[in-house]
Amino acid sequence: MSAPGEIRYIDHPHPVSGVTNAKLGMWCFLASEIMLFGGFFSTYVLLRAGNPAWPTGSHLLNVPLAALNTVILITSSVTMVMAWYSLAIKSLPKFKMYLGLTILLAFAFLVVKGFEYGMKFEHHIYPAKNTFYAIYFTMTGLHGLHVVGGIVANLYYLFPGSKMWETNPEQFTGRIECAGLYWHFVDLVWIFLFPVLYLL
Amino acid sequence: MSHHDHDHHGHHHDLPFWRKYIFSVDHKVIGVQYAVTALLFLFVGFTLMMLIRWQLAFPGQPLPGFLSTLFGDANAPGGIILPEFYNQLGAMHGTIMIFLGVVPLSVGGFGNYVLPLQIGAPDMAFPKLNMLSYWVYFIGGVIMLFSFFVTGGAAQSGWTSYAPLAVIAQQGQTFWLIGMVFLITSSLLGSINFIVTTVQLRADGLSFFRLPFFVWAQFVTSFLLLLAFPPLETAGVLQLMDRLAHTSFFMPSGLVVSGEALAISGGGNPILWQHLFWFLAHPEVYVLILPAMGIVAEVIACNTRKPIYGYKSMIYAVVFLGFMSFIVWAHHMYLVGMSTEMSAFFQVTTMIISIPSIIILTALLLSLWGGAIRFNTPMLFAIAFLPMFGIGGLTGLPLGLAASDIHLHDTYYVIGHFHYVVAPGTIFALFAGIYHWFPKVTGRKMNEILGKVHFFFSFIFMNGVFMPMFFQGLAGVSRRLWDPTQYAHGLSTQPLNVFISFSAWGLALAQIPFILNFFGSIFAGKKVDQNPWEATTLEWSAPTPPPHGNFLTPPVVYRGPYEYSVPGQKKDFWPQAMKETN
Amino acid sequence: MSHSEAELKNQVKVYISVFVVLMFLTMVTVAVSYLHLSTLAAIAVALIIASIKAGLVACYFMHLISERTIIYAVLGLTAIFFLVLLITPVYSV
Repeated sequence: MSAPGEIRYIDHPHPVSGVTNAKLGMWCFLASEIMLFGGFFSTYVLLRAGNPAWPTGSHLLNVPLAALNTVILITSSVTMVMAWYSLAIKSLPKFKMYLGLTILLAFAFLVVKGFEYGMKFEHHIYPAKNTFYAIYFTMTGLHGLHVVGGIVANLYYLFPGSKMWETNPEQFTGRIECAGLYWHFVDLVWIFLFPVLYLL
Repeated sequence: MSHHDHDHHGHHHDLPFWRKYIFSVDHKVIGVQYAVTALLFLFVGFTLMMLIRWQLAFPGQPLPGFLSTLFGDANAPGGIILPEFYNQLGAMHGTIMIFLGVVPLSVGGFGNYVLPLQIGAPDMAFPKLNMLSYWVYFIGGVIMLFSFFVTGGAAQSGWTSYAPLAVIAQQGQTFWLIGMVFLITSSLLGSINFIVTTVQLRADGLSFFRLPFFVWAQFVTSFLLLLAFPPLETAGVLQLMDRLAHTSFFMPSGLVVSGEALAISGGGNPILWQHLFWFLAHPEVYVLILPAMGIVAEVIACNTRKPIYGYKSMIYAVVFLGFMSFIVWAHHMYLVGMSTEMSAFFQVTTMIISIPSIIILTALLLSLWGGAIRFNTPMLFAIAFLPMFGIGGLTGLPLGLAASDIHLHDTYYVIGHFHYVVAPGTIFALFAGIYHWFPKVTGRKMNEILGKVHFFFSFIFMNGVFMPMFFQGLAGVSRRLWDPTQYAHGLSTQPLNVFISFSAWGLALAQIPFILNFFGSIFAGKKVDQNPWEATTLEWSAPTPPPHGNFLTPPVVYRGPYEYSVPGQKKDFWPQAMKETN
Repeated sequence: MSHSEAELKNQVKVYISVFVVLMFLTMVTVAVSYLHLSTLAAIAVALIIASIKAGLVACYFMHLISERTIIYAVLGLTAIFFLVLLITPVYSV
C-alpha cells in the first residue's frame, strides 16, 4: 500500500504491466519517433518513386565515411548498454566510464558528419540543389539533432544526474535504461538511413 | 522501500506563489491553466468568425463603428476587409479553434483535471512533463497570435496550409509552422503522460472494464495524438525547409508565380503535403469528438440515474474507431486525381468507420430510455449533443462517398458538416462538462437559470448558423470565398449568408449569460458538498476542491463506474470506492 | 529491469556477440552495394539486412526479447500505422 499522494511504480514495475512508468513512457515516445521518421521515409519513397532520374546514393555520397559512422554508432550502442549493465551490477565507476565512452563516440559521429557536410558545402551542394540532396540533408540533419539530444541527456546523467545513484539506485538504473532505449533508437534509425540514402 | 525524493507532494503548502500557481506540477492547477487559456483562445477564434460573417453578409462593406479603424490600412482600409485579411481570418479561425481551443480544453483541461481523479491516482505519472506540456502549448499559442502583427499578416493559406500556396506565402506562414511544432510537442508530451497514467496508476480494484467511459475516450484519444501527430511534424519540417532552405519537397517543376518561373529545383509533389497533413488531420477530428463523447457519457449516466446502455460495446467501438481513424484520411483528397483503387479503399474504410460512431451514439441515446432524467443544464447540453452529432455524422456520408463528394468537396456543405460535429457537438459537450464539474473544482454550483438561458439560445443560434450552410453547399457555393456574390449561385443564396451572420452574432450574445454565470458563480455560486450530483465515479469521492495528492487515503474500487439505481440499495447511486452498501 | 544474478552474468557475452554480428552485417551491407544488383533486388537485400540488424539491436540492446506484452502492443500498433504511412503514398504517384 502506498502512502497517500505518492506516485507508484517509479522505481519498481507495475505488477500487471510489468514495467515502470518511465519505461512505458519512453517506449511510447519511441513509438511516436518511429512515426516521425516514418513520415520522412514515406517522403523518400514517394519522391523517389515519382522521379525516374533519381541518382544512386553511392555515386554522390561518401560511403566510407558513412560506414565509419555506422561502426561508431553501433559501438556506442554497446557502450550504452554496458553502462546500464554496470549499474545493474552496482558499479558506478564502470557506469561512468561506459557512459563517457558513449558520449565520446557520439561526438565522433558528429565530427565525421561535420566533415561529410563540409565537403558537400565546399562544392556548393546544398539542400536546395535537388530533391535527393534535400531529403539527404533533412533526414541526416534531423538524425544528427537526435544525436545531439542524446549527448545532452547522457551528459546530464554522467554529471549532475548521477547523484541519484546515492538516493535511489533503482530509479537511476531505470533512467539509464530509458536513456539507453533512446540511444539505441537513434542507432536504429541510422541503421536504416545508411543503406537507404547512401547505398541504394 | 521508502523514498523521500518526491518533492512535489512533500511540503506543498510551503511552495512560493509562482511554484504553486504558475509553474505548478499539480494536474489540477495545470488542468485549470489549460482550460482558462483555451477558453481565451476560443474567444479569439470566435471573434475572427464574427468578422468573417460581416464580410460574408455584407461583402465589401466597411465594418461598423469603431471596428472600421481597428484593423489598420494593411488589413481593412476604410474598414473594408481585404481578401488577404479575410484569408488570414479564415486560416487562423480554424487553426485557433482546433489546436489552441477545443483540443487543449477537452484533453488538456478536462483530461488533465478529471482523469487522475477518476482513476484514483494522486497525480499524472509525470507531473513535471505535464507542466512542460502546458507551457509549450502557451508559447505555441503566443507565436500563432503574434503572427497577426508581422508584415504580411498571419498565415492565410487555410488551416490546411496546402503546398505550393503555403510555401510561397509570406512570413506569417513560417510563424504558423513554428507554432505548430510547439503545439505538436506539447500534445506529444501530454499523450505520453495520459497513456502511462491510465495504464500504471489506476487504483487497486480499478480494472480496465470498470473505468468510466470518459477515461477510455481520453485513453484512445491519447494514442491518436501519439501516433498521428508525428507525420504532421515531418510535414512541418519539410515545409519549413521548402520555405527557408528553398528545397522542393512539395514544389513541382515548372511553377510560375506572377509571370516568373520560380528559382527552385522542382521535382517535389504537392500531394505529399496533403498525405502527411491529413494523416494527422483525420485522427485529429476524432481527437475533437472522443473526449466530448466521454463527457456526454458521464453526464448522461449521472442524470438518468442508470448505467450507460451498452458500456462494453461502447468501449470496443471507441477502440475500433481509434484504429480505423488512421486509415481513412484520403477521403479528404478524393479530388486530387488518385487512382480508383485508392479511392475505393478509402471509401470502404470511411463507410466502415461510421459503424462504431453509430454504436456509440445509439448506446448514449438508448441510455436515456427508462431513466429518471434530471433536466439540469449539463444534461440539456449532453442530450442536445446527440442529435447535433447525428446531423454532423449523417451529413458526412455524402462526403465520404467519392461520387457525391465531387459536387460537395470544398463547398459550404463541408463547413456545415464539420461544424455540426464540433460546434453544437463537441462544444456543447464541453459546456456540459463545465457545468458538471464546476462544483468539484470550485465547491459551488453554477446558476441554473442563466445556464438554461445560455443553452436555449445557443441551441437555436447554432442551428441558425450551420443548417443553411448545407443548402449553400448543395447550390455550389465554395469555401474560402471573400465574395460569394461574384458567382450567380452565390448571389442567389446570399440571403442565407445574412441569416447565418445574424445567427452567429446572436450566438455571441447568447454566451453572455455563460460568461456572467462562470465568473459570478466562482464568487457567489451556491456552495455544495463534495458530491452534489450524487454521482458514482471516483472524482466525487475526493474532497472539494481535491488537495494535493487528491485522496486522503488511496481509494480502492469495488465495482463498475455506473452503479445507479441498484436494486436493494437505499440510495440510487453506489459510489465505486464505497466498500459497504449505500 | 530486474535481472537475476545469473542472467546478468550472461548479458555481457550476449552484447559482445551481437556487436560482432552487427559489424559483420555492416560489412555485408557495404559489400553487397558493390554487386550493382537491380534496383528492386538491391532495395530488398538492403532492407532485409537492415531489418535483421535493427531486430538485433531491439531484441538485445533494448531488451525487447524479454519485454512485456504492453510494450509489444504499443509497438505492434505503431508498426501497422508505420507501414500504412509508408505504403499508401506510393499509390498516388
